[in-house]
Amino acid sequence: MTATTLQPASAARSSPMDRARALARLRVSDAGFRLFALGAAVLVLVILLGVVISLFIGALPAFREFGVDFLFSDSWSPPKEKFGAATAIYGTLVTSLIAMLIAVPVGLGIAVFLTELCWLPLRRPIGVAIELLAGIPSIIYGIWGVYYFRPVMQAYIQPFLINTLGNLPIIGHLFAGPPLGYGILTAGLVLALMILPFITAVSRDVFDTVPPVLKEAAYGVGATTFEVVGNIVIPYTRVGVIGGVMLALGRALGETMAVTFVVGNATKIQASILAQGTTISAMIANQFADADPGLFTSSLLALGFILFVITFLVLAAARFMLSRLELKA
Amino acid sequence: MFFKSIIAAAAMIGAITVACAADISGAGATFPFPIYAKWADSYKKDTGNGLNYQSIGSGAGIKQIRAKTVTFGATDAPLEAKDLDKDGLAQWPMVMGGIVMVVNIPGVKPGELVLDGPTVAQIYMGKITKWNDPAIKKLNPSLNLPDLAIANIHRADGSGTTFNFTYYLSAVSPEWESSIGKATTVEWPSGIGAKGNDGVANNVATTPGAIGYVEFAYAEQNKLTFTSMVNKAGKTVAPTMDAFQAAAANANWSVPGFYQILADQPGDESWPMTAATFILMYKKPANVAASNNALEFFKWAYEKGDKMAQDLDYIPMPDNVKKLVEAMWDKDIQQK
Repeated sequence: MTATTLQPASAARSSPMDRARALARLRVSDAGFRLFALGAAVLVLVILLGVVISLFIGALPAFREFGVDFLFSDSWSPPKEKFGAATAIYGTLVTSLIAMLIAVPVGLGIAVFLTELCWLPLRRPIGVAIELLAGIPSIIYGIWGVYYFRPVMQAYIQPFLINTLGNLPIIGHLFAGPPLGYGILTAGLVLALMILPFITAVSRDVFDTVPPVLKEAAYGVGATTFEVVGNIVIPYTRVGVIGGVMLALGRALGETMAVTFVVGNATKIQASILAQGTTISAMIANQFADADPGLFTSSLLALGFILFVITFLVLAAARFMLSRLELKA
Repeated sequence: MFFKSIIAAAAMIGAITVACAADISGAGATFPFPIYAKWADSYKKDTGNGLNYQSIGSGAGIKQIRAKTVTFGATDAPLEAKDLDKDGLAQWPMVMGGIVMVVNIPGVKPGELVLDGPTVAQIYMGKITKWNDPAIKKLNPSLNLPDLAIANIHRADGSGTTFNFTYYLSAVSPEWESSIGKATTVEWPSGIGAKGNDGVANNVATTPGAIGYVEFAYAEQNKLTFTSMVNKAGKTVAPTMDAFQAAAANANWSVPGFYQILADQPGDESWPMTAATFILMYKKPANVAASNNALEFFKWAYEKGDKMAQDLDYIPMPDNVKKLVEAMWDKDIQQK
């Protein structure tokens, strides 16, 4: 540390020549900074475009060979060179759906509790715990999922579901089959836990931005906490909340290792959500390393391209919903 | 301080690159990796020459040797003679191992349960789903098998072990051969996929009702319940070094490219799922010196590596096969 001292005004006096030079120097450095910032932004676009183009070129042989069928066929047979993406797309969407169904209400519930109901000294510890959950690497969730959570699913949760919901007409098919622990539902539940902190952390931060005067006014006219949250907090913060939910959905769609560990990696669509399945990223992680060049590799790249498109559609839909909401507001 | 450490790191990277340049480079199958690593270690002590082996999987090993990025490739799934000729490659077996079925059934001890090929095929096709199925009971009249769902576990990644396993199932079950076939990855009709030999071993260890196939060494190391098998001669055999060796002894190695898959070999003592792991090298190498260095290593491993292989539950090649291979090196691979 060096001590800073204020210089007397007379010492800082400069001639007009110095001033012009200094200004010119500033202009150059400013232009340089602008170029750097522009370059950084363009770099992102170039990389994104490069990824899309190279994925598409790699995927082209598979699209040419199988056409639209690639999207709807559920066969995946390297020896016969017959590939279809339906199983992986189905698994990706269903595991993410299960995760969102659980994580969104629970995540918002935690955020409301932390901002509205929680005893003040507890807020920080719980908040920090949630942020720590967000920082755990996904492989750790995978190991936890396969060693601790999966045996619980096999021994208790799945037999319970099979014996209760499994006996109902129609929806019983969703809960049929032997309890093996691995499966779409297990993957969905692990994913739910993984994305929960994203939803909670973002929602809590935006809930904190609601001006206290609005909430106090609502409480003042006799609104319950539920009414305050439903009518004041969430409408005021919905843009931020949807942003957090979309961030979480993005992570759920692309999550690889944790899902690979527990999803069962079966390349077949089955009606029951207790049965094994696979996701796009799990498929690529398992098979890319020694896929033969040609149709096999190309089909895996095509899967990657499809995941890219799905993620893009989800983000676009979120943007669209947000712009509609902003128009109404 | 920071700058200094960068310089140190750069110097180290430089040193490593220089060291690698002199090392023998190879890539491929994961199954022989433990023994190749052990051989490389002793070889370095004996001769001062190092070996840099990347265990990236059989399919990837074939890819790498075709791309000529390594001096030798290693694969558990041998190439057929016509593919070898197309690329100008020489192929020979280096060491053998046994594939065993491992199960997790409460109350069943290692070697107690008896299975045969057609039953295993039925299990992996999802047609036998309970451990007390009549087909399994028939093979095990004295065992009290529970009413427990079978969780059949297979490799989710491409694997030489899967190739040898599906090769065996195709040999014993016409239905398997026509509907599924043999390859490093197949379209599994049912079951759970796990990554690597250790992934399968782990899933079997933690899942009641599970069955899986792994290299024998992994079953031993993880203390898993392996099964006995009925072999081609109709005899029940337990997975032992003797049984693996009996299968290997029956093999006819005097074929082009040593293309020999040891599944379903005849003989009363033969273990039905024995497998060899192969080395691929160019007959006309771009870098003759590097190629000769690699051959020196393999020659050394044949001469001095048998004990080390047995310590790790691998089976050394029989002496007559070693002689055939060495004769092939002198005849086919350009060494000057």
